[in-house]
Amino acid sequence: MEQTEVLKQINDIFIDILDIDNLVITTETTANDIDEWDSLTHIQIVVAMEKKFKIRFTTAEIQGWKNVGEMVNTIIAKNK
Amino acid sequence: MISFSQLKKNLKKDFSNLKSIKVALLGDTSTQFLSEAIRGTGYNYGFDFQILEADFNQIERQVFDQTSELYEYKPEVVIIFQSSHKLLLKYNKLSPSEYKNLAKNQLELIENINVTISTNLNAKIIYYNYSEINDAVFGNYANKTESSFLFQLRKLNYDLMLFASNNSNFYLCDISSIQNQVGKSNFFMSSVYVSTEMVLSIDVLPNISAITVDLIASIYGKFKKCLILDLDNTLWGGVIGDDGIENIQLGSLGIGKAFTEFQYWIKKLKNRGIILCVCSKNTESIAKEPFEKHPDMVLRLDDIAVFMANWENKADNIRQIQSILNIGFDSMVFLDDNPFERNIVKENILDITVPELPEDPAEYLEFLYTQNLFETVSFSNEDAERTKLYQVEAKRVVLQKAFTNEDDFLKSLNMFSVVEPFNKFNIPRIAQLSQRSNQFNLRTVRYTESDIESISISDKYFTFAFTLEDKFGDNGLICSVILKKENENSVFIDTWFMSCRVLKRGMENFVLNQIVKTARENGFKTIIGEYIPTVKNVIVQDHYLNLGFSAKKNYWILDTNDVKEKTNFIKIKK
Repeated sequence: MEQTEVLKQINDIFIDILDIDNLVITTETTANDIDEWDSLTHIQIVVAMEKKFKIRFTTAEIQGWKNVGEMVNTIIAKNK
Repeated sequence: MISFSQLKKNLKKDFSNLKSIKVALLGDTSTQFLSEAIRGTGYNYGFDFQILEADFNQIERQVFDQTSELYEYKPEVVIIFQSSHKLLLKYNKLSPSEYKNLAKNQLELIENINVTISTNLNAKIIYYNYSEINDAVFGNYANKTESSFLFQLRKLNYDLMLFASNNSNFYLCDISSIQNQVGKSNFFMSSVYVSTEMVLSIDVLPNISAITVDLIASIYGKFKKCLILDLDNTLWGGVIGDDGIENIQLGSLGIGKAFTEFQYWIKKLKNRGIILCVCSKNTESIAKEPFEKHPDMVLRLDDIAVFMANWENKADNIRQIQSILNIGFDSMVFLDDNPFERNIVKENILDITVPELPEDPAEYLEFLYTQNLFETVSFSNEDAERTKLYQVEAKRVVLQKAFTNEDDFLKSLNMFSVVEPFNKFNIPRIAQLSQRSNQFNLRTVRYTESDIESISISDKYFTFAFTLEDKFGDNGLICSVILKKENENSVFIDTWFMSCRVLKRGMENFVLNQIVKTARENGFKTIIGEYIPTVKNVIVQDHYLNLGFSAKKNYWILDTNDVKEKTNFIKIKK
């Protein structure tokens, strides 16, 4: 799966869960850039991504991502 | 089921017109999402829950410190969620010789929490029971080993049920059943737990909040009283009008087992006090045939309070059922296999609950088990009795509709009345009615039991107690009259009250006939009546006028010599 394709799909998840209609995320986006993205909404996003891509993240992965790009990479790796 | 993110979106909606209830949520794990889910679910039920969420793991400080936020907040409902995970941690830290005391010690703590909150607050306590964790230390042998964690956890759940059944203010919310329903892998997610201290998965939050709010709603009087059932392909397989009684699927025929088991469930609901009604597009006599004759029918006609089988639209029929039972649409559930009929009912009757039954009847029961439609916070033998009262009233109303002539209807009721003077058996009930009757009460003079006793032995009075029974049942003692001897010529109707349950049965005429008879037999020429208006007794303001009395100053007079026997269809029972 393409990076841009994954990014587009998780952008929709972010919009839905954080409830910000015009939110645009990039691979560089971090939790510091978005107020609504806190440790609790992070879990909601993680669970939604697991459902969307039919994968399961490890706890270390969930806690280890530094930005959206690393999330995207994990998803691509797990979908191979 | 609605998703957690949908519930979360509810939080931004307008709660201002909803019923506000102060709730405290105390948990030993992170409860922030649970709190949002409960508030979001509350919105859908019409509640504005104002939730005090204590910092997690503060249950004991909040409860045992009288200066805590909990007591300052004065909630009406306190939800306590002590998780199985924290219980397991507690167990892990015990010395092996103490393992077997885990349940006992935890229950003592809970009893202390309960009594402390109950002493300091006027609040209902909702306690989440323990979802099962099998730590697999003993394998199956845990079931034979008192010191195993599984043994202690199950014992605690059982002891909690005993405790709850003896403490009316303490309610258990059965989250263990939810785990049973969705499976532990859906109930709990290790990654979420390790990252956030939350023991409930995102996906199970709506289930947990739903049963929590069901319970609160029930405490506040919102619960289901009536189940309305379609027949063809709902109560049995096939179409009775086309297939005939031999070919509908029940018992061992076709998928009949599914319907038979479904009917057993409905019968259990009826036995616990849910009123059952039928609403079906059918010819009535054909629709009733299986209830009367089919050997595998579990439900019989006497289980059904109102039987509506005709070709009118179902929304209208359900409105009729509502007018007979006189209960709110929001306390009714309608089950029908046909999505078209369900939609008609849903669109026309907003408050009624219409579950989206699965297509396969074999799945009805399992689906309905997950819906928790019949939450209640009380159960007594009277519940089943009350159903009987509704049923009897419903039968009367249905019968009345079948008659165009009021007299024919009254005749068909086969009414009997026992007429007696006051005696030691009826005095308590007469005194009770004297205290309670507001509407059909001519003078509203209240008498206590000892007043009634002294009247009954005095020679200044004639006393009457009336019962009324008909072919549907006995209403018991429903009316009382006290006649006072004024002088040689006249008697005064000191008291006349009647239960409103028996209005419009001709009871007034029957009672007057008895009064006149007694007056005549004892040589009295005049009967004097008086109406003393109150806020509530308007319905009898023309009572004496209607009975043929003539007005004289503030009184009503009847001459016993020129009064004819009043028509009625009540016979005296000896």
